[in-house]
This record gives sequence, structure tokens and C-alpha cells, in this order.
Amino acid sequence: MTMQTLLRRHGVVLGLLALVLVLPLVLPSNFYFRIATLTFIFALAVLGLNLVMGYAGQVSLGHGGFFGIGAYAVAVGPTHFGIPVWAALPLGALLAGLLAFLIGRPILKLKGHYLAVATLGMGILIAMVFTNEAQYTGGPDGMSVPRLVLFGWSARGPITWYWISGISLVVAAWLAMNLIDSPTGRAFRAIHDSEPASGVLGVNVARYKLIAFVLSAVFAAVAGAYLALYDGGVTPRTAEFLRSIEFVTMAVLGGLGSVIGSVVGAAFLTILPQVLTVFHDYEHVVLGLLIILFMMFLRDGIVPTLARLIFRRRS
Amino acid sequence: MSLLSVRDIGIEFGGVTALSGVSLDVRPAEIFAIIGPNGAGKTTLFNVISGLYVPKHGRVELNGEDVTRFPVHRLSELGLSRTFQNLQIFFRMTAAENVMVGRHLHEKRSVLPHLFALPSTKKQNAQTRTKAEELLAFVGLKGISEQTAGNLPYGALKRLEIARALAAEPKVLLLDEPAAGCNAVETAEIDEIIQKIAARGIAVVLVEHDMRLVMKISHRIHVLESGRTLAEGPAQEVRRNQKVIAAYLGKHAGEEATHA
Repeated sequence: MTMQTLLRRHGVVLGLLALVLVLPLVLPSNFYFRIATLTFIFALAVLGLNLVMGYAGQVSLGHGGFFGIGAYAVAVGPTHFGIPVWAALPLGALLAGLLAFLIGRPILKLKGHYLAVATLGMGILIAMVFTNEAQYTGGPDGMSVPRLVLFGWSARGPITWYWISGISLVVAAWLAMNLIDSPTGRAFRAIHDSEPASGVLGVNVARYKLIAFVLSAVFAAVAGAYLALYDGGVTPRTAEFLRSIEFVTMAVLGGLGSVIGSVVGAAFLTILPQVLTVFHDYEHVVLGLLIILFMMFLRDGIVPTLARLIFRRRS
Repeated sequence: MSLLSVRDIGIEFGGVTALSGVSLDVRPAEIFAIIGPNGAGKTTLFNVISGLYVPKHGRVELNGEDVTRFPVHRLSELGLSRTFQNLQIFFRMTAAENVMVGRHLHEKRSVLPHLFALPSTKKQNAQTRTKAEELLAFVGLKGISEQTAGNLPYGALKRLEIARALAAEPKVLLLDEPAAGCNAVETAEIDEIIQKIAARGIAVVLVEHDMRLVMKISHRIHVLESGRTLAEGPAQEVRRNQKVIAAYLGKHAGEEATHA
């Protein structure tokens, strides 16, 4: 490994760690901690989505569903099945991974728009289950989520969740960076650029698409569980179609195939609506307009485009 | 014994016959060229051999094993590798990473060690990278390993594909127009690379339009026309074959060649 890749790889993780450590020094109030925490949680899901979309090149418009599975696991598990919260969280992630495996096998044979529509249908179906199975999920009103208690210590409040989500995001980024620079990650990226060439070189294309899909579902489910635990409640809106679209927008806006891009994209769509409240009724119009402008002028996403600009100036 | 054996291959697309009754055998360390006018079915034959198309008739054997309906990635495990006429480069990855993908089958592939970057994975990554650098040097691409493949010139990408295919350590290597679009100097380099590959004992099957290159390096030549075999034999023989000359230059020229 050359010095450059070494720096690039650890630079991302260390930079993110530094951000998580330093940010509390400048965040003035609980409100800002909440925004930061939401950013980290969404970034966690977007990072997972980026594995399948940005690296392996397979679109998913249904990751809100996996996010919802994680969220409802920590709600339904403890309430109806007496599973402790700390165990419900990994169980939910496992369940999301298993579902992604079962659904992914047939639908990942589809390409492009067809795959997009199939995943969209999957996401909507999952959200419908949460709305309709009211005896377990509380229906459209949702249900409350018990506190996460570890060794007699109860995790509550923005500052606690800031640290849980922040450190988790750093760990997730580390895992993602490791994967990208491994035979598995190279197989993902190879499939993205040329499926025939990948196959000819011995890469089992169907298998690696499935691995990326399952991993991304697990990331999304953990993020969903964090949001539900932090909010102390969950409704079908947690898993709705708009959530999936939001994740995709974050991934594309921040930069497909960029770990830092996942965080920047999540931050952008979490912070901006707060800032734009000054526009009152026109808030969503301005947000939409900004997204369009960013996509027009930073076509490859914020982080990859800026990185290229900086690189070009240096050389 | 032949390493690659193609038996009576037939395939059609929408009722149009693309290949019919094509058979050939390739031995280890042999440079075997497939030539023919445009649309003769050369690339189609490559796609059948490498498992991208399933033929309607006939079979493909690798080392005596019938591999006709094997999925593409299984053929690689059995020692078949190829390059593509219309480049299939991983253009967002670096040159070295492109070749590293070629090492896929020779690497440990459990996902968990990769996620946690265990020492075994790091060590393997370093070995794969060393191997990739060696192969890049072998095809004359030393010093570009960290460049993004998408930024490399066409001639370099042609050679990058060869390095990547070699990384899989094939027994049979299919090269689809390796010298297409290359200037005289680059073609001479490709010529040398192909001969070095064959000298390692690898069977090289070549589709190429540069006749001077084909005649110079091929041990045997198989001529296709409209999806059928027109002739097969050593370069000198094929070069004088009337039917071949007619196919390439038109009937009249064929007759003239015999009179001359």
C-alpha cells in the first residue's frame, strides 16, 4: 500500500473522529446536539446505502423500509415479546439483513430503472405492514419505544445520543473504508463499472450485489433503531417512502461512492431545513431549488466535485 | 491434448444465424488467431467461449470438461480469461486496482475479515498489489498504477486489460482485437507481449484485424465468414487459400491471386 492510499483511508476515519470529538465544544445548546445526532443517524443509513448504490452501483428506493425494521424492532421486541432493548437492536439488524437477502436474490437480477421500481415496491410494502399490523405496531399512530438501558445506565437525551450515534458513525465509516479497499469492495466497484468484465475475472456478480444489499440493509436498520430509541417512539412515517427518497437524495447530493459524502449529504438535508425556516411557507420551495442547483453545478455530489477541484488546483 | 475445444457451435439472434458448425481446438502455448471480415462472428464466438452467450448448438470444453452452460465466473475458475474489443475497463478504479480485481479468485473472499481489515486481509492486499504492479510492468505500464483508469490513453487501456486478464492466471487467454486503434510502435509492443504470454505456456486465442500482426505471430489461423468456418491452418497456408483471399478482397481478386 502506498503512502497516499494509507493517508486517504485513515484520513477519512480520523477526520470524522476529530469532528465528533470537537463538535461538542462549539455546539451551544441541546437543540444543536439534536441536529448533530440526527445527522449522524441519517449518515449511518446513507453510508450503508452508499455501499450498494455508490460502490456496487445498484439503486435502492426502499431503504426506508430497512430503516423502519430497525426502528420497529426496538419497539415491538421489548413491548410484545419481552426481548430486552439491547438485544432487540441487533435482532432487528439481523432481521433486516435476512429480509434483504431473501428479497435481494430475485430482484437484484433486475437492472437500472427496473431495480429502482422493485425496491420502491419493497419499501412501500414494508411500510404498509407497519401501518396495518396495528395489534403489534400501534397502526398509523405508532408506538412508544422503551429506553435503552445498559448495565443499569439509561441512554437518554441529545448529548448521550450524540456520543452513541457519533461513535457508531466513526466505526461504520471505518468498516466501510476497510471493505472498499478489500477484495469484496473491489468486486463491488468492478461490478459498478462493468459486469461482463467482473464476471470474466471470476467475480460472482449476483453474490456481490447481494452482499452489498444485505450490508446496506443492516446499516439502515441500526440507524433506524437509533432514531426510534432517541425519539422514544416510532410511527410508520419513520419507514415511509419519503424516507427512502431522502436517503437517496442525501447519498447523491453528498456524493455517490464517497464515505465523507454520505455524512455531508446527511448534514445538508438535516441542517438546511432548520436554516430555511426563515423562509416560512417557502421553506420547501427553497430547499428543492437548492438541491436542483447543487445537482446542476456539483453533478458528482458535493464531496467528489470539491475534492476534484482542490486536487486540480494543487497539481 | 487440446486445452480449449469448441465443437460444432451454432447460435442465432432473432432467427439470424450468427454462427453455424464452428469447431476448433487450441493447444497450450499456442497463438491461435480467428480472422474474418466484419460481421463474420468472431466476437460472437468469443462471447460463446467465455460464457456470455449460450449457444443453441454444440459445446465448449476446457481441459476436456464440458463448460457450455457454466456461469461466466465459473469459467474463470477453470482457467479462461479474456479482454474486450470495446474496452470494459473499471474506469473509476486505479490502474493497479483494475489488475487487483483480476486476482479475485486467488484471494480469500470471506467478508468479515475484510470489514475489520484483519492482518490477514492487509497482508493479502499487499501481496495482491505487488502482483498487480508486476503485471503492469510486464505489459509496459510501469509507474501509472495510481492513476485512475478513466484518465489513461486508449493504448494503455488495451494493455491494462491484458494485465488484468493475466492476473487471473488463465490457461486460455482470449484477446479481442488487442491492437485495434494502436499505432505501429504500440502494435509492436502488443506483439511482443502476446509472444511472451504464449511462451509462459498460456494458449492465446486472438481476434485481430491487423493482418501483418496476425500472420507474424500466429501458429494457426481460423478463418470465419458469415458465421461459418472458411479455412484453418498455419499462416502460410491460410494466406494462399483462394477462398480466404476472395472473402477478404472480393471474388475477382481471389481469381487474380490464383493466376498470379
